[in-house]
Amino acid sequence: MKRLAKWRLLPLFAVMALLAGCGEPFLSALKPAGEVAQMQYDLMLLSTAIMVGVIVVVTIIFIIVVTRFRRKNDNEIPKQVEGSHKLEMIWTIIPILLLLILAVPTVAATFKLADVSPMEKKGEDGKTEAVVVKVRANLYWWEFEYPNEEILTSQDLVVPTDEKVYFELKASDVKHSFWIPAVGGKMDTNTENVNKFWLEFDGKASDEAGSLFYGKCAELCGPSHALMDFKVKALPRDEFDQWVAAAKAVKEPKQAETAQAQAGQEVFNNSCIGCHAVTPANSTPEQARMGPNLTDFGNRSRVAGVLEHNEENIKKWLKDPEAIKPGNKMTGKYNLSDEEIDAVTEYLMGLKVQ
Amino acid sequence: MHADEKFTYETWPAAPERATLEAKNKFLGFWFFLGGETVLFASLFATYLALKDKVPTAEHHLAKDLFEMPLVFLMTMLLLTSSLTSVYAMYHMKNFDFKKMQLWLGITVLLGLAFLCLEVYEFNHYVHEFHHTFTSSAFGSAFYALVGFHGGHVAFGLLWIVALMVRNSKRGLSLYNAPKFYVASLYWHFIDVVWVFIFTVVYLMGMVG
Amino acid sequence: MSTYAQKKGAGAVIWDFLTTVDHKKIAILYLIAGGFFFIVGGLEAMFIRIQLAIPDNNFVSAGVYNEILTMHGTTMIFLAAMPLVFAFMNAVMPLQIGARDVAFPFLNSLGFWLFFFGGVFLNLSWFLGGAPDAGWTSYASLSLASEGHGIDFYVLGLQISGAGTLIGGINFLVTIINMRAPGMTYMRMPLFTWSTFVVSALILFAFPPLTIGLFLMMFDRMFGANFFDHTMGGNTVIWEHFFWIFGHPEVYILILPAFGIFSEIFATFSRKRLFGYSSMVFATVLIGFLGFMVWAHHMFTTGLGPIANAIFAVATMAIAVPTGIKIFNWLFTMWGGSIKFTTPMLYAIAFIPSFVAGGVTGVMLASAAADYQYHDTYFVVAHFHYVIVGGVVFGLLAGTHFYWPKMFGTMLNEFLGKISFWLFLIGFHLTFFIQHFLGLMGMPRRIFTFLPDQGFETGNLISTIGAFFMAISVIVLLINIIMTSVKNEKVGNDPWGDGRTLEWALPSPPPFYNFKQLPLVRGLDAYWLEKMEGKKGMTPAEPLGDIHMPNNSFIPFVISLGLFIAAFGAMYRAEHSWGLPVLIAGMLVTLLSMLVRSVKDDHGYHIHKEDLIDDNDKGVKA
Repeated sequence: MKRLAKWRLLPLFAVMALLAGCGEPFLSALKPAGEVAQMQYDLMLLSTAIMVGVIVVVTIIFIIVVTRFRRKNDNEIPKQVEGSHKLEMIWTIIPILLLLILAVPTVAATFKLADVSPMEKKGEDGKTEAVVVKVRANLYWWEFEYPNEEILTSQDLVVPTDEKVYFELKASDVKHSFWIPAVGGKMDTNTENVNKFWLEFDGKASDEAGSLFYGKCAELCGPSHALMDFKVKALPRDEFDQWVAAAKAVKEPKQAETAQAQAGQEVFNNSCIGCHAVTPANSTPEQARMGPNLTDFGNRSRVAGVLEHNEENIKKWLKDPEAIKPGNKMTGKYNLSDEEIDAVTEYLMGLKVQ
Repeated sequence: MHADEKFTYETWPAAPERATLEAKNKFLGFWFFLGGETVLFASLFATYLALKDKVPTAEHHLAKDLFEMPLVFLMTMLLLTSSLTSVYAMYHMKNFDFKKMQLWLGITVLLGLAFLCLEVYEFNHYVHEFHHTFTSSAFGSAFYALVGFHGGHVAFGLLWIVALMVRNSKRGLSLYNAPKFYVASLYWHFIDVVWVFIFTVVYLMGMVG
Repeated sequence: MSTYAQKKGAGAVIWDFLTTVDHKKIAILYLIAGGFFFIVGGLEAMFIRIQLAIPDNNFVSAGVYNEILTMHGTTMIFLAAMPLVFAFMNAVMPLQIGARDVAFPFLNSLGFWLFFFGGVFLNLSWFLGGAPDAGWTSYASLSLASEGHGIDFYVLGLQISGAGTLIGGINFLVTIINMRAPGMTYMRMPLFTWSTFVVSALILFAFPPLTIGLFLMMFDRMFGANFFDHTMGGNTVIWEHFFWIFGHPEVYILILPAFGIFSEIFATFSRKRLFGYSSMVFATVLIGFLGFMVWAHHMFTTGLGPIANAIFAVATMAIAVPTGIKIFNWLFTMWGGSIKFTTPMLYAIAFIPSFVAGGVTGVMLASAAADYQYHDTYFVVAHFHYVIVGGVVFGLLAGTHFYWPKMFGTMLNEFLGKISFWLFLIGFHLTFFIQHFLGLMGMPRRIFTFLPDQGFETGNLISTIGAFFMAISVIVLLINIIMTSVKNEKVGNDPWGDGRTLEWALPSPPPFYNFKQLPLVRGLDAYWLEKMEGKKGMTPAEPLGDIHMPNNSFIPFVISLGLFIAAFGAMYRAEHSWGLPVLIAGMLVTLLSMLVRSVKDDHGYHIHKEDLIDDNDKGVKA
């Protein structure tokens, strides 16, 4: 039994060691990279500390009990104790106090995280001072619309660092959940209502994470739920402004340059443009935006959210999307030969706003 | 006291519905069942309140366009009266007067049947006049689920009471079937109480808007 | 020799079990069926762990994985844990209160067959076009979008088995209120009986919301209704509420009986009265009550707003208080006791730290703002496996070893029992401890694969290795069961030697009428009190007399079969012309058999005094 008891303490030390920081800086909730994640991390530490305290007390009593009170003699009959009011008061009141210590900051943080009032303060032009992103989750891809800037992009969310970014979340088919672990907790994208929350992306932490945070869908949404990843490019304010300006400048689809890319553009205009737009304007209605917007496709960090971004993978994806993302909505919507796929790939790689 | 004992007016116990252990169990178990039914209906009421007037387009009719007081009031009166007649039936059951109990139960069944016919007419009216159906909108689904579930209970209650009346018509009262009659009437009261809530929440609140 | 205990052929035994209304036989049916589904659910768990052992694995495809994860959760909760809990309630509770049977033996049998047919129906989905794939929570938007009949199987199967559970709950409530032996006051009831009582009340109030939720889902999927279709004005959050108004009490429905079993085991093998009995009872009731106030903590990220989130966060934390009371009372039951480390006691002892670990992560999850990080990640997976495996499954395994001799008249092998205990304990912590960190490191739950270079490789591999330990442990347990059943060494009334409650005053297994004469209960731990005064058994509270027994009946089986048939009709109604007739035929089978039950008088029969005296001389000698 002694062995068992010691072995029990191990996880305790493991908690300490592991909570001190583990996981990847671009993905781990234990490497907070923003105000929200930091608040949540602090709550985690507080609750862990209280709970480790509880575990220590239980463990000590536990060890004493299993070592000292083993049966030595088959005839011994211990004293039958009914209970102890004093002890029972102690283990009722102390936990209540401990929980209060946790409850107060929990409630405070819950309200703070739900404060989206800057989103409601709209100017005369209907725009807000704060950066607002409308997130629309679809079966296995994400769309990010910037209502103030009147542009939109897909899969790679671009945000400024060191200021609060406000999100409006919604799903267009089934329920998903929007989560950037390193930057803050998740919120569901419901089908019938818009959820709102905010996040803040820390500039320094963003540098450490290579300016690219991983985002995930956290609500089971179908076969490819595991692959419904997106990426977050957190840029300093001036770079963010440049990106916005460059995107706004794209009024017409960008013309392909090489001959093969031109051929690809033709194929694209015949087979793909029905679902995929190549201009960033947010003027088309949501229902018509059936596939990810590809205006900035050349700058994407991943193909289909999961594959490394190179021509080979684009071709692989276009050839058989079902093999990469089972249950996606693109499979079977087009029929392209290998040459056409090569051409489209070249065309797509050239689509960059800056 | 055994369930198969023969009784006269004098020896018949004061609370025949709880005179044997089996009867006591049945009595208590049925009350618990009604507790569960209460939660069942509460869930349907919650659904109804959440989906009331939730329709896809403006062409769909809302609660305030649908309901008419005279019909619903008549239905309510029928069901309330039937609850009262079932009380008379139980009064005669306790007095070991089998014939009168059967008579009042018969009246209860007729009133319940009338209620049910009016409900069928009512639903028919909504479907044909207003195109308000189970599948036309979330409001329609919630309305027919709640009111229809109650209607289903009424129908089941009628079948139950009729089955009891027919089965025991030649045998008279015993401690074996007295609790059966009793819980059937309890069920009938419960259905009546639920209707009072439907009348209030669905119809009265619906007509106000 | 009485006519009641003749040797029978295999056919007669099967017929006996198909028609039995005896709570002890129904307990065995629940144990076998629940054990079978536990193994099915366990296999599904192994497939999950194999698939996640390495990144980018292709052991199963994405769609099949979702079916497996859904069926693992659904099977384990509804078809394994629930019936196993019911097995012990049926086997032990009537004995503990000194009753000859439950209040409604017929309904007891009906409850079992409904559960059984519901479970079989649900699992037939594997062979009929695919299992449900929207998770055991089956959130509405995804489950409405799910193609094929998987979700229909889920809805109809759970509806049928849920009805059985509700019936069982009412039955136990009435049994405990009306059927206690003379002197068995409420505050003398063993804690397992108390937890059965509270759990039955929870079932009564928690299952109807699930019933309604499933009805709405059924109407939406099969009959064109629009409860959850937002384009028609519907709202999917309604489903979330109903599911969790049921779902949260459900976890207490599972854990409280485990608490009850542990309470019996701690007292028994410490040879000490349960410390703080009244506060244990109070804590059980309080946990049951609070269990209904906290459902929305499963929906912190749904967007209910900060007020709702804060209220539910604080309410959830409050549950830690009564649970803590229990933990300390158990520890102090052992304190000053004389502890014997039998297999059930080992499970009970290991339960304390395991469950505390699950409990404290529960409090962490209650902290709403922080839960936005934990929600739907492997942290949650780790948490609920710590409480459900570390609490419920440990409790069921402990109960299996503890009550096996009472149910079957023979002991399980202690040596093999301890081997399977250690394998299970090590495997359990190995599998689930690391998952806390996987979650915090950004791994969402319910993913069929993960990509390399995100830091998830090591943790998942360790977790998979742990799962194999648990699988081996269960195999050892099965070997143990087969071995000891073949040997079948009969044991006496009180095989553990330290029995405290009424069931240990009876032969193992007890005669079908349980108590020849109802016992007189003179305090808590009634049998222990008598033993301490040097008596061999209980003092009877009544003279020897005729015993009234209920008749066996095949009707419960037929009622359940009718619903089983009707479910197929409902499901295939839209695409096959035979659907509607089958639906109607099935409902008719059910309703007509109910009518038969209703109009056919069933007065049961009496065992005569003379036969009982006879038994005393020859039959059930202990």
